[in-house]
Amino acid sequence: MAFQREKHPMPVLEPSVRVHSFNEVALGYTEEIAIAEAQRCLNCKDRPCVDGCPVNISIPDFISEIKKGDFEGAYKVISESSSLPAVCGRVCPQETQCESRCTLGIKFEPVGIGRLERFAADYHNKNFVGEPQTPSPNGHKVAVVGSGPSGLTCAGDLAKKGYKVTVFEALHTAGGVLVYGIPEFRLPKSIVQKEVETLKKYGVDVQTNVVIGKTLTVDELFKEGYEAVFMGSGAGLPRFMGIPGESLKGVYSANEFLTRANLMYAYKSGSHTPVMRAKKVAVVGGGNVAMDAARTALRLGAEKVYIVYRRSMEELPARREEVEHAEEEGIEFKVLCNPVEILGYVNPDDRRDPRNGFVTGIKVVKCELGEPDEKGRRRPVEIKGSEYTIDVDCVIMAIGTSPNPLIKNTTEGLQVNNHGGIIAEEKTGKTSKAGVYAGGDAVTGAATVILAMGAGKSAAAAIDEYISGKAQKI
Amino acid sequence: MYKILTKKQLNPTVTMMDIEAPLVANKAEAGQFIILRVDDDGERIPLTVAGYDRKAGTVKIIFQIVGATTMALDKKNEGEYISDFVGPLGCATRTEGIKKVCIVGGGVGCAIAWPVARKFFELGAEVHSIIGFRNKDLLILEKEFADCSHKLTIMTDDGSYGRRGVVTEPLKEAIESGERYDEVIAIGPLIMMKFVAATTKPYNIPTTVSMNPIMIDGTGMCGGCRLTVGGKTKFACVDGPDFNGFEVDFDEAMARSSMYAEFEKAERENFCNLFKKEVL
Repeated sequence: MAFQREKHPMPVLEPSVRVHSFNEVALGYTEEIAIAEAQRCLNCKDRPCVDGCPVNISIPDFISEIKKGDFEGAYKVISESSSLPAVCGRVCPQETQCESRCTLGIKFEPVGIGRLERFAADYHNKNFVGEPQTPSPNGHKVAVVGSGPSGLTCAGDLAKKGYKVTVFEALHTAGGVLVYGIPEFRLPKSIVQKEVETLKKYGVDVQTNVVIGKTLTVDELFKEGYEAVFMGSGAGLPRFMGIPGESLKGVYSANEFLTRANLMYAYKSGSHTPVMRAKKVAVVGGGNVAMDAARTALRLGAEKVYIVYRRSMEELPARREEVEHAEEEGIEFKVLCNPVEILGYVNPDDRRDPRNGFVTGIKVVKCELGEPDEKGRRRPVEIKGSEYTIDVDCVIMAIGTSPNPLIKNTTEGLQVNNHGGIIAEEKTGKTSKAGVYAGGDAVTGAATVILAMGAGKSAAAAIDEYISGKAQKI
Repeated sequence: MYKILTKKQLNPTVTMMDIEAPLVANKAEAGQFIILRVDDDGERIPLTVAGYDRKAGTVKIIFQIVGATTMALDKKNEGEYISDFVGPLGCATRTEGIKKVCIVGGGVGCAIAWPVARKFFELGAEVHSIIGFRNKDLLILEKEFADCSHKLTIMTDDGSYGRRGVVTEPLKEAIESGERYDEVIAIGPLIMMKFVAATTKPYNIPTTVSMNPIMIDGTGMCGGCRLTVGGKTKFACVDGPDFNGFEVDFDEAMARSSMYAEFEKAERENFCNLFKKEVL
């Protein structure tokens, strides 16, 4: 058999079909493709891919199991390190993590690690019957704030060590950004729910509708006998650009737009959640959230969707696969372009005209790339006099968030940086307040699911050390 | 699930309920709000805390039937449950240093103004209340306001009860006649709050308004509730709902509040049609 230089392609729904549906775009490998892809792995001695994984999954080991056809065995290897394998296999930016280190990748395309991970997790979810082995309780209680990727990971790791873990979630459904942010077509809700159910089987208690900082405070959690608290409260308030017209009707933050569509089911027909069914949409930003918002707008019936991004295609921070999918679906990239104003309808003769105050366009200025900034990315420089208007009736701002202010405002002794992010040690998640650990977007500002999971994982280890250390002293 | 313990109709479109929610009751303060969902595929709607009983573990809500969700809520009876009830959210009304206050409530906004009036009354402040309605049939909470106000003025647009006219008239008269309020707190329709602020501005009396914009999560995540206050973007859910009435851009808030007017109208009609089918 000739050596396969490229990754086995992921079977996907045809673009013309998927733009009218919220069904998952990537369909997953079959058993045959999975085994063939696994055989591409050289099982090299150095295992550089493992270092590229924020939760250090034993990647070559799980791939070996797939090679053998032991798919459940592969899942077991992954689940030793990851609490959310079906999620990571779908949303991790593997091209900058594990796959970027792959030895095979030096000469050819790297092994499709993410696709294989997803395959193993989906196989388990579909075929596994029985209960996971639950550890015997160790008598210690830990509270986890937020049920997004960092919180669920932290909760899962601690529960597997015998801790009694309670997760407090502000919304009515567990999952955090995995349910309100990432759309159904990229990460089906049923998969997140399945992962949460698995954690519950390990004894994790999930309490929805509890806002820590409001309903209960961190200090009250300690009074109730929790010995440590992990803060995974996530990113918070959406950023806006501060340009004229951002308060017009038809301007959304990506958070609001996606929350309406995902968490509040506006994507389902007959939903009671209002969301604008715009015809022409401009999404400002170039990250995964921008791609999600653009592709969601398309599926809600938009005829034309633009991504407006001030740098070039090379600098787009979104996962490569999301950009490709967006392009295939007909989303137009207006790169090197920065918004300066959002324009709205004004009927000078009729103040009561119902069209008044709705978006009619977005004025942008062309940019060119200048010198690199402190992060090494080339800075966009506006070209004077190059302004032009794009005709749209909806603008979605996907330019990041600042950390949620609720917890810092209500937790004494918890230090935050000047962006409002909780200050936490990188290796352990330890904060300035004894017994309080933090990780994920609440610390870093908007980042990726897997980085949040990595932070949840190291915090779980640190919390375990902290509590067992305390217990020994007594 | 959260149990509805009591339900009382205050006027043909306004209903009061006590909901069993001990954790929320334990923390709630006047000026804060909750978010509820009636059932599993329902919308999240914010409602201001109209009262609480920490011992009984209950929170009082008062709502006007304006859309599909409030209609669905109104169809629930005592002993039944609603899916979700979370809070208390937002910041409590600031009371420090206020010895004499004028509370101005308009329409169903009086449901929010009432616990604020009561709070000041309990703290020993002198409370003057002015509450306004379109007509006598829509009047709510008269006795409740009377019980926590040193002076109560009731206004109706058509003069069918109390004085005829708008709430800003008696407010202006009181100020002109020498009443020295430390603060005026206005809670009601945006247009009313705008005019209350315009009335007090020449006298430079600190004026607080309670904003109730479109909201989803209510915890500082979605950004839907943004307002322009003093030229800056603020979020009603975490920065408010109380704001300095002189700084709020009311015209913008009014424009934004009508974003889903068409959708709401259609939903309301759909729901009414469903309801008609059920009773037929």
